[in-house]
Amino acid sequence: MSSSASATSRLSVMSMAASLPSVGGYSSAPSSIYAKRNTTNILERHLNKTRGAEVSVNAFAFLFSEMLQYTQKRVNGIQDLERKLNELGYRVGIRALDLLVWREKNSKRETRVLGMLYFIHTTVWKAMFGKQADSLEKSTENEDEYMISDNDPMVSKFISIPKDVSQLNCGAFMAGIVEAIMDGCQFPSRVTAHTVPIDGFPLRTTILIKLDREVLEREEQLK
Amino acid sequence: MTKQYKTLGDDIWKNKVEKINAELFTLTYGSIVAQLVKDYEDFTEVNKQLEKMGYNIGTRLIEDFLARSGVGRCQDFRETAEMVSKVGFKMFLNITPAVTNISADGREFSLVLDENPLAECVELPDQALVDELWYSNILCGVLRGSLEMVQMQVDAFFVTDTLRGDDMTEIRVKLIRYLEEEVPAGED
Repeated sequence: MSSSASATSRLSVMSMAASLPSVGGYSSAPSSIYAKRNTTNILERHLNKTRGAEVSVNAFAFLFSEMLQYTQKRVNGIQDLERKLNELGYRVGIRALDLLVWREKNSKRETRVLGMLYFIHTTVWKAMFGKQADSLEKSTENEDEYMISDNDPMVSKFISIPKDVSQLNCGAFMAGIVEAIMDGCQFPSRVTAHTVPIDGFPLRTTILIKLDREVLEREEQLK
Repeated sequence: MTKQYKTLGDDIWKNKVEKINAELFTLTYGSIVAQLVKDYEDFTEVNKQLEKMGYNIGTRLIEDFLARSGVGRCQDFRETAEMVSKVGFKMFLNITPAVTNISADGREFSLVLDENPLAECVELPDQALVDELWYSNILCGVLRGSLEMVQMQVDAFFVTDTLRGDDMTEIRVKLIRYLEEEVPAGED
């Protein structure tokens, strides 16, 4: 008796699935079910398939500039623009984090601030931009601030900033990536980008990471 | 002739192009599409925006292409197709889509992309499938923009896309007309 009950329940599920396309009235809905079947194998796609893959830096520069232009039209103010760039970078960062951590095959996850920052400074930068970041510093004024600098950030290389928006820093995109990675590893913080030119490197960008209080408290306890 | 374009494309890719991690590129594009979807919530509008963005890119990309490749004018549309696929795509995205389905009058061709760096690891939500989102529509805009700058008005659109469950990703490019070179007003 139980088998017949399960058989009927199975039958009702099947009929529900079959009736779904007609409820919506879309003629293309059946293809969406086919598409689902075809595209569920995304989970079987090997993550290392595109590991060493490269595209030209121009392609990225064009894409980034379009992204900037699109965002510029929809915001008012530099702060807003930087926030939107940060958001766009955030989406990149969460996904990049998953990939990088999986590829590193390092069984221990970072729990200390310094270890975390070192991870960003070396592994993340190397994977995303092809080289390690140029410096990692701790701020002398505030306990909770750290700085990662890049002498020649790829994202800003092809962007020329007009004088009236000279405060803008396209490194906000990189800051978003870093913020997502920090958040993802349980180090909530506020991350911003600042241009700090020095001799020979006019585009030098510093990513300022301001850790939340809870991180500092945790760090104290771990000492 | 195709072989010569292929070697040219490979040569440019190897020597004259600075490269970056493709995954950053893929994730950035994904972030852009996600932002567009959030802003517009209507997938036909997103398609249009992607195409427009691609058009803007294309108008500037063609200069970069001509400067780097140093090729001359193409004799006919077939040659254009080969140039686009073997040199153009190779130079920027490191892929060489196949040129197929050239129409009898030579005014249409299809590009079949066997790998698409824009759409690696991408899965479309059901609503996007129903509403016909063409995820890589920016490529159609790029084609339209860049070819318009070399006096060809074309119509480029996606026919099939693996993200939507089809077997392959195919872009159809139709030549509408050759544009006359216009002298800017005020000059003789």
